Amino acid sequence: MMLVPLLATVMTAATPLALAALGELVTERAGVLNLGVEGTMLVGAVVGFAVMASTGSHTLGVLAGCAAGIAMSALFAALTLPLAANQVATGLALTVFGTGLSALLGQHYTGRTVAPLPRLPLPGLLHQDVLVYASLAAAPLLAAFLQRTRAGLVLRAVGENAEAAHQLGTRVLRLRLAAVLFGGAMSGLGGAYLSLAYTPLWAEGMTAGRGWIALALTVFGAWRPWRVLGGAYLFGGIEVGGLYLQGSGALHVPPQLLAAIPYLATVVVLAWVSAGGAARRLAAPAALGKPFRALG
Amino acid sequence: MHSRRALLATAASIAALPRAARAADPLKVAFVYTGPIGDLGYSYQWDQARLALDQALGPRIATRYVENVPEGPDCERVLRDLAGAGTGLIFSTSFGFMNSALKAARQFPGTKFEQGTGYKTVSNVAEVNIRWYEARAVCGTIAAMTSKSGICGYVAPYPIPEVIMGVNAFTIAARRVNPAFKVRLIWVNTWFDPGREADAAKSLIDQGADILATHTDSPAVMQTAQARGIHAFGQSSDQARFGPAAQLTAIVDHWDPYVIARTKAVLDGGWTTGSLWAGFRDGLLVLAPYGPAVTPPVRAAAEAVRTGIVSGAQHPFAGPVRDQAGTVRIAAGETAPDADLLRMSWFAEGVAS
Amino acid sequence: MPEFRLERRAAAPAWATALAAPASALLAIAAASILFVALGYPAGPTLHAFFVEPFETLNGVSELALKASPLILIALGLVACFRANVWNIGADGQFTVGALCAGAVALAFGDAGSPAALPLMVAGGIAGGAAWAAIPAVLRTRCNASEILVSLMLTYVAGLLLTAMVFGPLRDPQGYGIPQSRMFADDEALPVLFGGTRITLGTAIGLLLPLAGAFWLRRSVAGFAIRAFGASPAAARFAGFSEPRTVWLVLLLSGGLAGLAGCFEVAGPIGQLIPAVSPGYGFTAIIVAFLGRLDPIGIIPAGLLVALSYVGGDLAQVGVGLPRAATGIVQGMLLLFPLASEFFVRYRLRRIVASPVVSAQVVPT
Repeated sequence: MMLVPLLATVMTAATPLALAALGELVTERAGVLNLGVEGTMLVGAVVGFAVMASTGSHTLGVLAGCAAGIAMSALFAALTLPLAANQVATGLALTVFGTGLSALLGQHYTGRTVAPLPRLPLPGLLHQDVLVYASLAAAPLLAAFLQRTRAGLVLRAVGENAEAAHQLGTRVLRLRLAAVLFGGAMSGLGGAYLSLAYTPLWAEGMTAGRGWIALALTVFGAWRPWRVLGGAYLFGGIEVGGLYLQGSGALHVPPQLLAAIPYLATVVVLAWVSAGGAARRLAAPAALGKPFRALG
Repeated sequence: MHSRRALLATAASIAALPRAARAADPLKVAFVYTGPIGDLGYSYQWDQARLALDQALGPRIATRYVENVPEGPDCERVLRDLAGAGTGLIFSTSFGFMNSALKAARQFPGTKFEQGTGYKTVSNVAEVNIRWYEARAVCGTIAAMTSKSGICGYVAPYPIPEVIMGVNAFTIAARRVNPAFKVRLIWVNTWFDPGREADAAKSLIDQGADILATHTDSPAVMQTAQARGIHAFGQSSDQARFGPAAQLTAIVDHWDPYVIARTKAVLDGGWTTGSLWAGFRDGLLVLAPYGPAVTPPVRAAAEAVRTGIVSGAQHPFAGPVRDQAGTVRIAAGETAPDADLLRMSWFAEGVAS
Repeated sequence: MPEFRLERRAAAPAWATALAAPASALLAIAAASILFVALGYPAGPTLHAFFVEPFETLNGVSELALKASPLILIALGLVACFRANVWNIGADGQFTVGALCAGAVALAFGDAGSPAALPLMVAGGIAGGAAWAAIPAVLRTRCNASEILVSLMLTYVAGLLLTAMVFGPLRDPQGYGIPQSRMFADDEALPVLFGGTRITLGTAIGLLLPLAGAFWLRRSVAGFAIRAFGASPAAARFAGFSEPRTVWLVLLLSGGLAGLAGCFEVAGPIGQLIPAVSPGYGFTAIIVAFLGRLDPIGIIPAGLLVALSYVGGDLAQVGVGLPRAATGIVQGMLLLFPLASEFFVRYRLRRIVASPVVSAQVVPT
């Protein structure tokens, strides 16, 4: 009955959040905090849309969104890694920059629309596009990468204690660069998902705060891929579920309260999780936000 | 005070408009928008009027716009900057700008302000508003005749009188055609968030709506209707390119005649303050061409409503009208006065919310 | 292939510190002019409108101060937080709740007004902001919950709370249902200090309070505790300072200052409650705090620079029609360049050549 379409709507709502949050997770596990997700997503959205509108190719559009995300995060990396600028301030500045840049790039693309990303039916409930599947596959892949591969281990080591990793011969900055660029690529994908699949159009500021939610989800998910994915679906579920309840006429609460529920729920869950015995296990990467310099 | 203004004006014209010196002082006309002109909705339509003004009055005027202006101190600063730069006429296009416009107007008595929706006027601040509810009555008529399920989904931003008035006009008109017609309402709590608007549209469709109406700014609702093979009404501007099969019609803001007339009045020295609430008859409100799904009988019925409103033969808020609880809000034989419409806070029978 | 090596300077030389900010601002302006020309706007008039015009008139300067004041006031509290390694990024919510509380106090007085209104509004604003910051404080000290996330989430809740209030109980009954409160009476608004401008006592306090803040942070025991926890939590604990108490202190302080800024904003230039009182001040103030190098004095020029990017951006839109989007990019550059320059103040690059003699070379900023 109604559950299947509801689930489909939740999936589309959760996908951009999941993509960006999983990317940021990798960045943060390497010890770098990039608050520029919102601006990066916007640039990914506009570049992805522009390339799709000009070439007609979804593949090129998605790749371009991804590449734009990488370019934005490369700017962030250039400032924060070799130049060791403050990460919080640089990330915020990146969002300011990205918001302006996307608006400028998109001037000639407002009012246009493109064919939405094609859907690939899979057995079961799924009848979604490739990026939804990509976001679902990313969680187990990242979990396996972080837990079971040597590179994943080194990445976590860099995030926990960069000095020690350096002493053991790890090229800390190179690894962090890779992690930041991966995060940018995923944020760009998340943005491209908005402008190519979610609502196939470009409009200024169309991310509407999703980059910030993605940042919150990495903390909410305690830097674990499965939890972050679950958080994205929970967040999307509460939001879309609230809309369904309203539409059914069964619910009489002020819309502002309804809109506040996902945020309040995040706070409550976080307090509950942090206070439990699991607190230590769920702690942030120890070196998060701390710049690293290999000095002679 | 006067000398500082002169100073500001000089500085700005030297900096900004070298061509101002060569023409015989064209009238500077400025537009202040709450959104980006790329919103394809409310601010976009105001900018269309600005472009029409450029076309109509050409060298006698010089237009300028400032977009994405937040309400509050920033808006007042922009208005003061514009007035200080010698702007003769400023269109301040959001109700949230009203108090800022009044404050700026007090300081710059030589500048005329046109407040796009609001309710206070002074000697140099006039006010203009559109009777969008007239168009919503036409849409309600089309919806009730086109819908198979008898359910319309309505994506609404905030519970303010303007929005409630629209929902009610739509519902009342629809129920004149089909007394069992239902309108399901979702408050999305934003004027602009394409993703959330699309989510709301999807959930309404999943709950049986086969017609969508919206009061939010992005074309996402139209796009969703097109993708799901149902129908929708465009908001603020013609959205046929986002839903060529889906769009039944669109409620289009057409500020052009007002903007041109008022600017001419300033040029001719005949501008006075005033308050205008204009509808179909004045040409500020138009409907986009009917879409392919509007059959000839539906079109005839829609046109009958529209011409009836223009001639005054019918009124979207003519009684009897009951609210959700069944209480008579407008008695038979009466129509709601404008003052009641502008304060509307109850929902008509048939609105499920 | 030449190799470079980084060296931390023993102490940042005074000339480098002094030069970094203006030099990076000049670089940003140079980059901005390239952008203007690339977009087809004349560099001279555009630069003039953007960076010079705000300084040309009393009105322009007063507008800079008006825009900078709340940013500086919020950033001052954030400096204390960040110095203590407490990451309050929800100052926007604290600002909003402070504004809401101050506004609610004003509206409670009714149309009659009262001389007691303003002091009570200020108290309400501070209390509201501090109360909103107390939530992350209690969750951090009791539950060990990340204050980054809690304060960020509460920013959204604060915005919705304010919206709910101006759509509901605080809506002007005479206002045709438009979601705004009534305008505050004269007793409930901060008087304008200089006729023709919008400068109030609140503006002046915002600009001057960092001086007191600097003294407090450097000379008081609490200031020492804050700096100790920022430098080395273990050493601070060893010295007998209480970590929870420091967390509470900085969060209540920054929440209170943000709330005060919110009060000044509604009692000053806004003059009523509206659905959104902050155009992102709380987030912009984070950048101000870092541009000011987390120094209470440094945030004053930093706040003025950021204010210039807004005021000048609007003037460039008004004057030469520069699109808003370009303003955003210039703002981004004005922030990114100084952040990069910080590096050259603290480090120098040495080129390692094949010969045993190492030639020192300081890269100019």
